[in-house]
Amino acid sequence: MSGPGPPALEAVDVTRTYRMEGVDVTALRGVSLRVGAGEFVAILGPSGSGKSTLMHLLGCLDRPTGGTLRIGGRDVAALSDGELAELRNARVGFVFQSFHLLARTSARDNVALPLVYRGVPRAERRRRAGEALAAVGLGHRLGHRPGQLSGGEQQRVAIARALVGDPGVVLADEPTGNLDTRTGHDVMDLLERLNRERGVAVVLVTHEPDIAERARRRIHLRDGRVERDTGGGAA
Amino acid sequence: MRFAESFRVAFDALRVNRLRSVLTMFGVVVGVAAVVVLVAIGTGARDLVRTEIEGLGSNIVFVAPGELGIGSAPTISRMRLEDVGYLGRVTGDESGIAVALNSGETVRAGHEQAFASVLGANENLRNVFDRPLRRGRYLSRTDVETRRRVVVLGSDLARRLFGDVDPVGRQVAIAGGTRFRVVGVLAEVGQTFGQARDAEAHVPITTAQRMFGVDRVDYIAVRARTKDDVPRLQSEVVDALERKYRGEKFSAITQTQLLGTIGTVLGALTGVLAAIAAISLLVGGVGVSNIMLVGVRERTREIGLRKALGARQRDILAQFLVEAVLLTTLGGTAGILLGVGAALTIAAVSPVPAAVSWWSPAVAFAVSAAVGVFFGVVPARRAGRLDPVVALRAE
Repeated sequence: MSGPGPPALEAVDVTRTYRMEGVDVTALRGVSLRVGAGEFVAILGPSGSGKSTLMHLLGCLDRPTGGTLRIGGRDVAALSDGELAELRNARVGFVFQSFHLLARTSARDNVALPLVYRGVPRAERRRRAGEALAAVGLGHRLGHRPGQLSGGEQQRVAIARALVGDPGVVLADEPTGNLDTRTGHDVMDLLERLNRERGVAVVLVTHEPDIAERARRRIHLRDGRVERDTGGGAA
Repeated sequence: MRFAESFRVAFDALRVNRLRSVLTMFGVVVGVAAVVVLVAIGTGARDLVRTEIEGLGSNIVFVAPGELGIGSAPTISRMRLEDVGYLGRVTGDESGIAVALNSGETVRAGHEQAFASVLGANENLRNVFDRPLRRGRYLSRTDVETRRRVVVLGSDLARRLFGDVDPVGRQVAIAGGTRFRVVGVLAEVGQTFGQARDAEAHVPITTAQRMFGVDRVDYIAVRARTKDDVPRLQSEVVDALERKYRGEKFSAITQTQLLGTIGTVLGALTGVLAAIAAISLLVGGVGVSNIMLVGVRERTREIGLRKALGARQRDILAQFLVEAVLLTTLGGTAGILLGVGAALTIAAVSPVPAAVSWWSPAVAFAVSAAVGVFFGVVPARRAGRLDPVVALRAE
């Protein structure tokens, strides 16, 4: 399902080893995968399978110990911390299980936050944040604070924030984990629609089978390796 | 991240923890206020001294026996009244040379009495020190030569002894009995170094010497015709006296030198006081550092999120540094207002002089900003270096 241009994400034999209290713990043991532009992928696996580690790597929050990882065509190994932050800002949007919204900040300013670090002027930030909120159906909630919104609305604010900077890929870590089933499916509808309409790739980590079922491609992780990949992108 | 945004975020953070922010600022407020007040008092004291010294009259050289300097032991004078004539021949202007012999005595008129500084003087003293008269006349050369018992009263002394009555022509008793006739009253001049110059009683130097049983003069004051004559006059007078009194040392000091010496002493004193006050500023800074560390810990998740959204290490560092500087400069501003208010109040209701100079609030503000940077940098760096993966997971 890869579209034209470079893949949104590409991992070749990626390993990640942590040193914890003098003992090496290997979280990923050679993962290779390729997510094309506009793909919709679910990553599944039991806890300890390396899902979170993989998400952090794909989101440029961390660097691999071995192998090659390319985000938007750029090899992260060669980047400084500052360049990694810029790449993250430009190419990746995050959606977290616990929303991670700033509590004392309006929905609009929460959504505008990634643009702050891109140096976009305030008026422009606010305009684009308003548009992003309208795109997730919250155009009437601009001034509301997270505490004044329902869980589903909060996650939609978070999705708007992930999209406001026009990233190549949205990484969603258990996005429905804190929501009831119905609201969870609403959020999935939204992600699917944005994926379809905007061509942004979505990589979703979940352990809920009915959520994973909705993805066109599923990657199963076990013990730090890809156990099964239903899609065609990987080598 | 742009500065305006850092500023907004910092301001919000301080507003949310309003009580904590105010308490943290308090140390800085007190430190800055203390520095501003003490510097104001020091400056006020210096201004006062300057006004008083300048009020003595201009271009005056004071001649005293011994090596003059702060802390040196006073020397008994061997100078005599004849030295006026002697020095007059040296300088070519005898009318510019005054002598004085000082003693604190009781002065009585009828039932009224007052303690006064009785000043044995020659007829030139009024001109040298620029003391205008209000009534009558000043001491004359004949008064001095014939050892007359006449007195010129300071304005305060005249008022205390005679009230509204014109004292000229009346009698006063000095030092338990000797009777003097009042011939004049001096115009008001105010205080010099805490000496009430308006409570002086000027009598002929010769009369004073006999009354006190001495033949010395305490000091000689020489007035130069112009400012440019002062240095030449200084060395001429000292050389002449050292030639006459072999083996003795004399010093001649000018107003400018006196100002310089006293200014240095007061400046050093002000510096020491300000440094002591600055210690509380330091303690305030440590408080800011501490509270910022707490803030970093509390907002670890926020820092993680900001990093995930693309904040670089220096963006986070700037955010917390701006917050620390905002905290200390707000405290500093409050401290400046408090300090200036206190200094003005002190100046208004107490005899302690206090003058707020334009630079001390400016310096205080700059110092509080510097305290913010200095004590904010450790917490801010800690925030900037947080690993986003770890920070996002924080409770």
